[in-house]
This record gives sequence, C-alpha cells and structure tokens, in this order.
Amino acid sequence: MYDTNLVLGGKEFTSRLIVGTGKYSSLDVMREAHEASGTEIITVAVRRVSLPSGESILDYIDTKRFTLLPNTAGCYTADEAVRTCYLAREAGLGEMVKLEVIGDQRTLFPDVQGLLEATKTLARDGFIVMPYSNDDPVMARKLQDAGAACVMPLGAPIGSGLGIRNPYNIKIILESVTVPVIVDAGVGTASDAAIAMELGCDGVLMNTAIAGSRDAVAMAKAMKLAVEAGRLAYKAGRIGKKLYATASSPLEGLPDWTS
Amino acid sequence: MTTSIQTAAPMEGARPFVSITISVNGKPMEIAAGTTVEGLLTLLNVKREYTAVAVNRDITPKSTYTAVTLSDGDKVEIVRPMGGG
Repeated sequence: MYDTNLVLGGKEFTSRLIVGTGKYSSLDVMREAHEASGTEIITVAVRRVSLPSGESILDYIDTKRFTLLPNTAGCYTADEAVRTCYLAREAGLGEMVKLEVIGDQRTLFPDVQGLLEATKTLARDGFIVMPYSNDDPVMARKLQDAGAACVMPLGAPIGSGLGIRNPYNIKIILESVTVPVIVDAGVGTASDAAIAMELGCDGVLMNTAIAGSRDAVAMAKAMKLAVEAGRLAYKAGRIGKKLYATASSPLEGLPDWTS
Repeated sequence: MTTSIQTAAPMEGARPFVSITISVNGKPMEIAAGTTVEGLLTLLNVKREYTAVAVNRDITPKSTYTAVTLSDGDKVEIVRPMGGG
C-alpha cells in the first residue's frame, strides 16, 4: 500500500520508529538493536564528558545513516533546555531536538509552561523542535502555534511501560493539529506501539521498552513490525465495533440435514 | 575575580608560573594563566568531534577555541552525546 513519509522540519523519513541510546546492556547490543528496529532517527542525551575521555556512543552509531536527535532530558527550566540545545547544535548534532522540560521528578511529567516558552525560542532560532508533552490537545495546539515541528504526547510516564493510557486524548490531539503526532514515552511492548499507530499517530518514540527488555534486539524487531502493522491497519481502515455477531459465511445454501 | 599567584616548585629549567583555578565539569582544576579553551581541551585530551564547550554559561564556538583565554574562577562545561532516550 502506498504510504507517505514522515516529514519533520522538511526532512523525510521512511521509518516511523524513533529509538534511544540509553540503558542498553552493552553498546554492541545497542548497535544491533538499532539495526533491527529499522529506525532512521536516534535520540541521545547531552552530558558532561567523563574525564579522561574514553569511549563514545557515537563510535557505535553510523552518523551518515542515522539522524541524531539530542534531547534535553534532565532540564527543569526553559533556560536550561534552550542552552542544552545550543550546546548540542554547537557539538554538531544538528538542528533537530527532542525538547523536554521536566516539571516533576517522580512522574517526569512535562512543565508545559516552560516547554511552550522553550519551543518558541528554539523555533525562532531555526531549530526543528520536537516537544515531549502531556496528552493535552490544547497544549498540542499551542505547541504547534509556537512553531513545533511535531507534537510528542506521552502515552504514559517515561520508562513506565504502561502503554497508551488515554487513547481518546491522543485521538483528539490528532484532530487538533496538522503537524505530525508522535507518541513519546510509555510504550511497554509491541501492542502499545501498534495501538498508537492504529490511532493514526505518525510515529512512536521509545527507549526503555527496547533497551530494558530481556532481548533488546528481538524487541527492536518486534517494535519495527508493530509500528508497520499499526500503520498499515490505520491506512487500511478498521471495521466498526459491534456488540453482536455478524456471520462471515452466507446464510443461504445450507444443506438440509433434517430427516 | 582575584588571581591567586603561586610559584612552581623550583625545578631545574622551570620558570615560575602563574596558575589560576577554574572549574571543569564541576571539578576544580589548576591551570597555567593564559590557557585557552583549545589548550584546555588538549591538556584534557578531549576528542573534538561532537563536543561542545560553554564558559560561564555561554557557548564557546569551535572557531574561537584558540582565541578564548580562560580566567580565574571560570566555569567550563565540556559536553558530548551520551546514552539517552
């Protein structure tokens, strides 16, 4: 079936699965998992170099093939997040940023006020801003208006694996904005990713669901298939839900077995 | 900022030098006065690729590494991509 590409800030991607680089059991496993996921975009954190400087995760990522997506994880104010993005750009990580402004340590829910402020600043400065947001349709529209290249509502708290807790809000977000909607955070297993895509989302971003699974490479492949399956099902158009049965076989032409 | 002046241990052939204390990624470090960002990175053997530097919260563009001289009390941050989601 014909499908369009995922477009973010003018860049086109065939894969609709974005994966991370955190918490893998080893960098070799990470590299294999990236391969198995079919991803084209890989998130990284920006942190102080550990001195003396040793091995880098970028030794395990082919930056000619994959687009790096630096995040602002751990930033609690718009100012910190914006400065982190500037650092990332100066480091040569490109213009695309996964913007996080965290509002609470236990839930890692976003501080939407700071998020909106940082989105405005960064979009004005030429960044392709991908904001990690809550599942609020009003906020999604405000982020779009502020210049976000997409909106990334959470399915559930980061690393929780609880899945898409409010599919109805995600559905309303899809109707509220014209920019791509990417579910970021909360995915626990393949069906969660498929549900996000079946709802009509344009992509899914995940890290822990793959990196934290027992076999990260196998889970990465499962996620690739789930995202593709969910996308296909969405494009194919599912049947409506009904309470009672509708026979699949014709009711006429049954042999007469009465004696 | 006050400049602390110290004399190097009297080694043969060594000249007295002025050292300053800066903070590098949150840790204090003593370096010779007049050290540039470029000099610091070389001293620390930091890979340049995918690395960025900020001095006192302001980003130092790569093109100015050799021009920016560090001062006593400067807070230097050196960052690079790490694993994350």
